[in-house]
Amino acid sequence: MLSGCNFYPTYGASRGATKQGQDTFKLYSGMMTTGIIVGGLVGLLILWTLVRYRRRSDEMPRQFHESIPIEVLYTAIPILIVAVLFLYTVLTENNVDATVPVNATLSSTGKPVVDIRVTAFQWGWRFDYTGLNVGIAGETTAGPNNHGPQMVVPVGQTVQITLVSDDVIHGFYVRDFNFSRYALPGVTNLFDLTVLHTGTYNGQCTQICGLYHSEMLFSVKAVTPPAFSVWASEQVRKGNTLQRSGSSSSNNPPIATHPTPSNASPSPATARGAA
Amino acid sequence: MTTTVESPDLIGPEEHDGADGHAPGAHPAESGHGHHEGPSGIVKWLTSTDHKVIGKSYIITSLILFFIAGIMALVMRAQLANPSSSLLSFQTYNELFTMHGSLMMYLFAGPFAFGGLANYIVPLQVGAPDMAFPRLNALSYWLFLGGSITMMSSFLVAGGAASYGWVAYAPLSNAINSPGAGADLWLMALGLTGFSAIFTGVNLAATIFYLRAPGMTMFRIPIFSWNMLVTGILILIAFPVLFGAVVMLFCDRHFGTHIFTVQGGGVPVLWQHLFWFFGHPEVYILALPYFGMVTDIIPVFSRKPLFGYKGMVFATMSIAALSTGVWAHHMFTTGVVLLPFFSLLSYLIAVPTGIKFFNWIGSMWGGQLSFQTPMLFSIGFLFAFLMGGVTGVLLASPPVDFMTHDTYFVVAHFHQVLIGTAVFAGFAGFYFWYPKMFGRMLSDRLGKWHFWGLFIGFWLTFMPQYLVGLYGMPRRVADYRPDNGWTGLNVISTVGAFIIGASFLFFLVNLYTSWRNPVPAGDNPWDGHALEWFTSSPPPHHNYTHLPPIRSERPTWDYNHPEHRTLVTHSKRSPGPSDDKEPVGAPS
Repeated sequence: MLSGCNFYPTYGASRGATKQGQDTFKLYSGMMTTGIIVGGLVGLLILWTLVRYRRRSDEMPRQFHESIPIEVLYTAIPILIVAVLFLYTVLTENNVDATVPVNATLSSTGKPVVDIRVTAFQWGWRFDYTGLNVGIAGETTAGPNNHGPQMVVPVGQTVQITLVSDDVIHGFYVRDFNFSRYALPGVTNLFDLTVLHTGTYNGQCTQICGLYHSEMLFSVKAVTPPAFSVWASEQVRKGNTLQRSGSSSSNNPPIATHPTPSNASPSPATARGAA
Repeated sequence: MTTTVESPDLIGPEEHDGADGHAPGAHPAESGHGHHEGPSGIVKWLTSTDHKVIGKSYIITSLILFFIAGIMALVMRAQLANPSSSLLSFQTYNELFTMHGSLMMYLFAGPFAFGGLANYIVPLQVGAPDMAFPRLNALSYWLFLGGSITMMSSFLVAGGAASYGWVAYAPLSNAINSPGAGADLWLMALGLTGFSAIFTGVNLAATIFYLRAPGMTMFRIPIFSWNMLVTGILILIAFPVLFGAVVMLFCDRHFGTHIFTVQGGGVPVLWQHLFWFFGHPEVYILALPYFGMVTDIIPVFSRKPLFGYKGMVFATMSIAALSTGVWAHHMFTTGVVLLPFFSLLSYLIAVPTGIKFFNWIGSMWGGQLSFQTPMLFSIGFLFAFLMGGVTGVLLASPPVDFMTHDTYFVVAHFHQVLIGTAVFAGFAGFYFWYPKMFGRMLSDRLGKWHFWGLFIGFWLTFMPQYLVGLYGMPRRVADYRPDNGWTGLNVISTVGAFIIGASFLFFLVNLYTSWRNPVPAGDNPWDGHALEWFTSSPPPHHNYTHLPPIRSERPTWDYNHPEHRTLVTHSKRSPGPSDDKEPVGAPS
């Protein structure tokens, strides 16, 4: 945890394990502070009004019904507030959404870019490391031992994710990255992640995708660049290589598979009966 | 534009009731104030085109659906109270959250407001004898009832009810991924209730434009009716798009089109564009009527005119206008929408909403506030909607949306907005207008029990959901891992939900008590402002035998308090002394 970040209260959120996630966190924290101040003031104003003007006599209150200066004031101030929020939003958004050029093997900073094609399917994930000939796939299954497949990335390096879906819409979401993106059929979504600290981060599908939506877990493990190279060559040796067929079952899936037919068309009988 | 109705109706309400066979002690469900001649009992109810009968039918039907959807929510909360729960199968859970959302959004929140309360109250507020198209109004109700039955019947078919969420994202909702007949029934129900909403929208707009009483200029219409006018127009913008999308999806499912499937050259994300082009105006179709209710209620219990009437009208209009340009803020994480545009317009909606807040505060400022049940519910709305609104501003920011999208943070946000409006404000309106509709009071004591149960349960249920969402819990999951640290928060949320559920027992007891031991309400129990409090409770057939002079947005108040009447700068005519006290068209 960076000490510089502690200036920002978390309000329940993660401070962000990636460069992009930290930017998002700062925006969230700032907006939350603004929201608490503005919302708190309005709430206190309502409370004060309720107490101050509770009925204490039958005297008829003054029947005023407008005040143009005050109305202009409380139109102008919110416009100013949202203008400032919008400015910070656009600045943060540009950072979070910035991607290095497609097909680049070297980023502008000279660091290598790890290119991972993430394919979501009913119900699991496939992580294809296109430059390294490594492919990791895992279906998910119900039960307490379900952890889903694991994506391993080098720490401190830009990882470019190419996110696609085999069937329906899924959501790629890692809580500590403060980020999610749809895996949309027919659309190729690109985004960059720069994980700052080693560790394992839990991820999960966030978009309802059918029967096993709640079991569609995965994790991201960030390791040092040398350990990443070792891991990659180990995977090649184990035979966890790229599979062009599009099949989700690898030779050595990290976890057990459940008896679901092909991803594109689960039969209704299975869908009803499996739960 | 008649206010003095045909001669048979000029007799007083008491005689009218006697001739009608309607006694004040009749059961609410069967108390239609129908025609003098013609059928009675169930046949009268079935054939009635009276907006008051149809309005009450809408209210009763949508409340029943609200309770069914609420019970579904409790079952889901029971499932989520502990990790890896086996109370429900995944399939059943998916069906339940789909139907909970569909019932609440399509069959309760909208119809309760624009088919129920607005149907009953708007003609009264603008001084009209009925809606502009009474038969169309009846058709609206029967389409709504048919659509509701269609949707509920999907639980009975093989394969179960629809299980793709109330938003039915393609391609999950296509024939491959959702092959059952439940999905088709769901689409049919949307078509039927969609047309029901469209017809009601036409009716409301036509009634408010063309059936206003003499003197009821546009800037003297009570804000509830103003908001219903804008809602009616929004319905006409939004619901046809939904119907188009529903037809397209149905063609994809059955007629071999590939509008939303990649394999045939279609575009799945098109469904989201069409759906949310309906769906975001829909959010305001659900919110504006309820804004209108509290805007009418707060000044009454403050004994003051509304603060900033014109500002309120323009705020409503700008919310409606902006709401047609913010749909893709539901799609920030698709990666295929122009983020800054939709973000900016979404932020801007906070401005007119803020204006409304300050106008509500201004209406209470310097008043004599009394906290009867309708006012308590309105205050509950203020706090609930403040919280939901502030978190809504956060979600207008694409990066913050990236981090919270499809998590329980969003679930907490929209439940606070929708419960703030449809439940707090909706029941404020129900408690407020119940004496007018049924001629009897609801118990204030039981109403307060209902309020405090709902209020406490509401915060207990949804505040932990913000936190559990920030801890990473996605929405629409039937179970979660015990080592995530989500369990405690989910337990609190479930306890809160059951407190909400229990609070509605006070409501039901209240209805029962008022049915068994009616306390007569009188015409104007709250010292109300708008025109509806001028007529009898319940109003006679065709609503008015005579009208007070209408010189401001609160003619009944002006009539009852001539020394404190509304001195408005926003009407061209200031009230002259000769205008007072002499009702227009009074029978003599």
